[in-house]
Parts: sequence; C-alpha cells; structure tokens
Amino acid sequence: MSAATMTNVSVTRAEVEDFLYHEAMLLDAWRLKEWEELLADDATYYIPANDDLEGDFKSSLYIISDDRERIRQRIIRVLDPNCHAEFPRSRLCRLITNVRVTGVEGDIVKAAANFSCYRYRRYQREFVYVGRYEYQLRKSGNSFKIKERRVLLAAHELGSLGSVSFVL
Amino acid sequence: MTGARSFVVDDREKGIFLLDREALVSDEVLRGEMKNIFAKCWIYVGHGSELKRNGDFHTRKVAGRPVIFARDGKGQVRCHFNTCRHRGALVCTERKGNTRRFNCVYHGWIYNNDGSMARVPGDEAYTAAFDQSTFGLKAPARFEQYRDFWFMNLDANAQPLVEYLGAATDYIDLVVDQSPSNTMQVIAGTQEYDVNANWKLMVENSVDDYHLPSTHSTWLNFMANSGVKVESPKDPSLILPTHGLAIDLGNGHFTTDNINFRGRPVAAWIPIYGEDAKPEMDAIRQELVERVGPDRAKRICDTNRNLVIFPNLVINDGSSVTIRTFFPDGANKMHVTAWALGPVEESESMRARRLDAFLTFYGPGGFATPDDVEALELVQQGLANYTDDRWSEMSRGMGREAAQLNSDEHHLRTFWRHWDKMMAGEQAGEKA
Ligand code: FES
Ligand SMILES: [Fe+2]
Repeated sequence: MSAATMTNVSVTRAEVEDFLYHEAMLLDAWRLKEWEELLADDATYYIPANDDLEGDFKSSLYIISDDRERIRQRIIRVLDPNCHAEFPRSRLCRLITNVRVTGVEGDIVKAAANFSCYRYRRYQREFVYVGRYEYQLRKSGNSFKIKERRVLLAAHELGSLGSVSFVL
Repeated sequence: MTGARSFVVDDREKGIFLLDREALVSDEVLRGEMKNIFAKCWIYVGHGSELKRNGDFHTRKVAGRPVIFARDGKGQVRCHFNTCRHRGALVCTERKGNTRRFNCVYHGWIYNNDGSMARVPGDEAYTAAFDQSTFGLKAPARFEQYRDFWFMNLDANAQPLVEYLGAATDYIDLVVDQSPSNTMQVIAGTQEYDVNANWKLMVENSVDDYHLPSTHSTWLNFMANSGVKVESPKDPSLILPTHGLAIDLGNGHFTTDNINFRGRPVAAWIPIYGEDAKPEMDAIRQELVERVGPDRAKRICDTNRNLVIFPNLVINDGSSVTIRTFFPDGANKMHVTAWALGPVEESESMRARRLDAFLTFYGPGGFATPDDVEALELVQQGLANYTDDRWSEMSRGMGREAAQLNSDEHHLRTFWRHWDKMMAGEQAGEKA
C-alpha cells in the first residue's frame, strides 16, 4: 500500500520528542551501532551547503549526502581510531528543542526541531553547531524508523566550525 | 624586516632541504606575504560560470579584500572593490544576486554594475572641483582570465596572466577539455570552512601524496569496502598503488600527475558508481576519444592531477574536480573555499554521480578532508615549539636520479624555493 492510499498514522509531539531525545543520547555517546538500528533500510542523511539550503543533492554540492550504504561506511570510518579528525573522540552534547510535527502522509511523519550541538576537543577547542533538523520518520508500531534526516545549519558558512567529522 | 633573509636551507650537494618553521607562525612573515606575494601575484577570484546572466554578482573576500565579482549590463566580467568611494562602507551586502545598481546604505551613493558612478544624492552641495564621474568603484589594477578562470592582480606592472600561468595552462586545459563544448561550470553549493593552520600548510597538503596511506587509511578502507581494489604497490619505492609524478611547472606552480586508481567521473568507472553508470561513462569516454583522440582521452580519463597555481589556487582533478582557494586570517588560521566543477552539458545522472564522488573524499563531511584538516591543525599546534625545534624536514626524493615521484617532496621544495625568492622581494614571474 502506498503512502497516498494509506490512512494516516496518528502521532503526538511527545512521541516524536521522546524518539529524538533518545537518538540524541545515542549520538552524543557515540553509540552509533545502536543509532544505526533506528534507521530504515532506505534511510538518508543530508547536510546541504550553508549557501544553498534548498538545493537538491543531485545538482548542488552538499557537505554530506549519504544513502543507507554510505551511512554504514561513515559509521565504520568515524569509529575507526584512524579517523584522525575524531580521535580522540570529540565530546558531544546536543540540545534539542522547538520540536514540531509538520505533517503526516500515510505512515510517514514529518517532524522538525531546532538543535545546538556542542563539540569539544582537547585544548579548549570548542565548536557550536546550530540549526534545524528535518525528519521523515516511518512509524512502525510504537516507535519510528528514520527515513530521512536533514540538517540545516544556521551559519552563513561553516567557517570556524571546520569539519563535520561526526554524526551531527 | 622579512625581505632580506632566507627561510630555507637548500643544500643540493648533500641532498638536504630544511624549512625554518618561523615561516609558518610569524605575524611579521604574514605581513611580508601580503606585500610580496598577495599584492604581486595573480590571485584567483572566481569562475565565469558563476555569473550566468548580465547583472549577476557574487561578493567575496579575495586575499582579505572584499570584492564584487560581477557581470555588467553588457556581459563583461568585472571585479570591483566592495568599498564606497564616499567614506568607505561596503556597497553590496548580499552574498549573491542580480542587480543593475549597487546602493551604498550609508549616504545613498549609487553605482552601476559596471562600477561607474550613477548618482550622488544632493550633488548640488559640492563645488565644481568635485567631479562625480571620477567616483566609480575602484578595481584591482589588473583583472584577467584564462579559460574563464578569473584572477586579479594588485600590481599594475605584473606580467599578463597567461604568461604567469605558463606551463600550468596545459593542466587547466586537461580539465576544460572534459567538456564537449569546452565549457566547465561551477556547481551550486559552496563549502567554506576554516582551518586553524598556516595557509601554506594547505598548499603542501594539496599535493603531498606521501601522507595518503597514513592520513587516509579510513578512506582506503572505504574504497576496499566498496569493491575498489587498492593494492599495495609492488615496486618497493612507491608509496601509492600506482605510479605518479611531481612536476615543477615554473613560477612556483606545480602538479602531481598520477596514474588513476580511484575512479573518475570523466571517465573511469569504479563499483561505487553502480552498474547502471557503465553505459553512460563509456559514452563519455567515447566522445572524448572522437573529439581529442585516443591518447589525450586516455590522459584525461586515466590520470589524476592536483594542480597548485602559486600561491593559493588548487585544482584537484581526482575523485571529482574541485576548485579550492584559501586565504590567511592571521598566521595560524586560514579560510578555505571549495567548489565543484563539471562539464556544462553533463546529464542529470552524471552530475549526481560527480557530486557523490566528490563527497567520497573531499570537503568538511568527506571521508578524507577532515583528516587532512586535523593533520594540518596538529602541525600548527606542534609548531608552538618552533624556537627550540626550528626546522621542518623536506628532503624526500632529493637523491633520486629519475623523475620525482608524487610521494617525494620535490613539489613542496618547488613551492618553498619560489616563496622564499618572492619574500626577498623578487617579481612574481620570470620574464617571458
Ligand atoms: S559611505 Fe557610502 S554613501 Fe557614504
Ligand atoms: Fe589528504
């Protein structure tokens, strides 16, 4: 049954919030194998360029444009001690707020949230990533699988944030 | 007083090359660079394809100078200083757009998109000595292009751009030839990020193939996981899986020139692109063979090249084509800007493949660049001991009789020798 012909699932903001908080905890703790279990088989992860937030990944150069297989490879890479940009690992702490359900189509729940993600490396190197998450979540039973995860950065350019070498 | 002394020990007899690390940490050296290098060399501003229609503009900082890169009402590409002739405000605050006029918000002076003065509000208050027509926006002394790559020069006496580029033009041609109509295009989406390291470390890193196995082992893993066989070299003198050269192009320019093993959108297929990409990539190669002949087609498809135009333009023609430029912001920091470049007639599917290939390696979220950035920042942090640990070692390959390899440090020495001469006050180019 396609999403168009399906009756819309019911969802509350609190359910989405709980899910996003759980996800944030796993990402901050570098529990990326467990995080991977939250992903749908067709999951995608996007960070468009700061100067072309509306651009399509097929025609605009993104910062990150991962399909499911690339996400798997990204996890392997960032957990490897030879991922020098993340060894020793950054300490991460993200705050998620302004959570909203923005639409429901069949079993797909669209949700948005604001975030600030603090990243600390040694010698007082501190980076604060601020922006908006846009999710497409597939509701399955009492929980969700992530179909699309889009990170829209608020800064005009990446600038002093340097790299996005962890899962933002 | 940076003009007089040398920062390198270049002992060709013993085969030893050392760099004084003060060159990478000193504010005084940076002041010397602004005067002796950035104010004398041709500095990359932008690509003509970024200005599609008359009136299009981009504002950016080039060597610390705010400029407007614009196509005027007649189609001429221009570079204006983004500085009001009245009392100095930026006249354009938008990142990009299309306009006939630039209006200064402070007192309302208005300029045409060709830079000429359009209107001074309340001009009756000035004496006859005030000639409005002389108040057009100022521009760099020189502004020239090669195959739509536009450069500025602050030195009116500089040699022409094409002479300055010299042998490097061959390598730009190898990029531009990838388009059937010889028209390459900067793709939407700009990657702009800072690296807390001296700008010259990015020059070194862009061509230094010695670091690939150690810095980028996770990328090599990813390639292997994706079905791209990257075998260790059989020849014990090689660091990389295939043979590659480092070539001095004169005037401080240089390039690597490597037999490809990593896949190229034009047109060397690897499993990452997917089976369905094969027919299209075969067709791209076939078009090249017909247009430029089998030898040059092979040269374009089966080699990759990281080109440095002195001092700060890098064109990486590898997993994808990237234009990368970077400017110092203090001795310990640089701003990097990177764009993707592709043939203008590329199909939707091929364009998507090119962008995907770009991200497998390059950029702040790529599988390699973040580790380069980390390595450069580790160098800069380590250099804090420079007064007691003075010299960086760059002698690799100096004893080699045959051609210099990409994993030697010949090209780095080429850069530093030229930089050292320029800092001593020499002119930018050898006279043609
Ligand atoms: S500074 Fe621009 S109008 Fe006065
Ligand atoms: Fe590298």
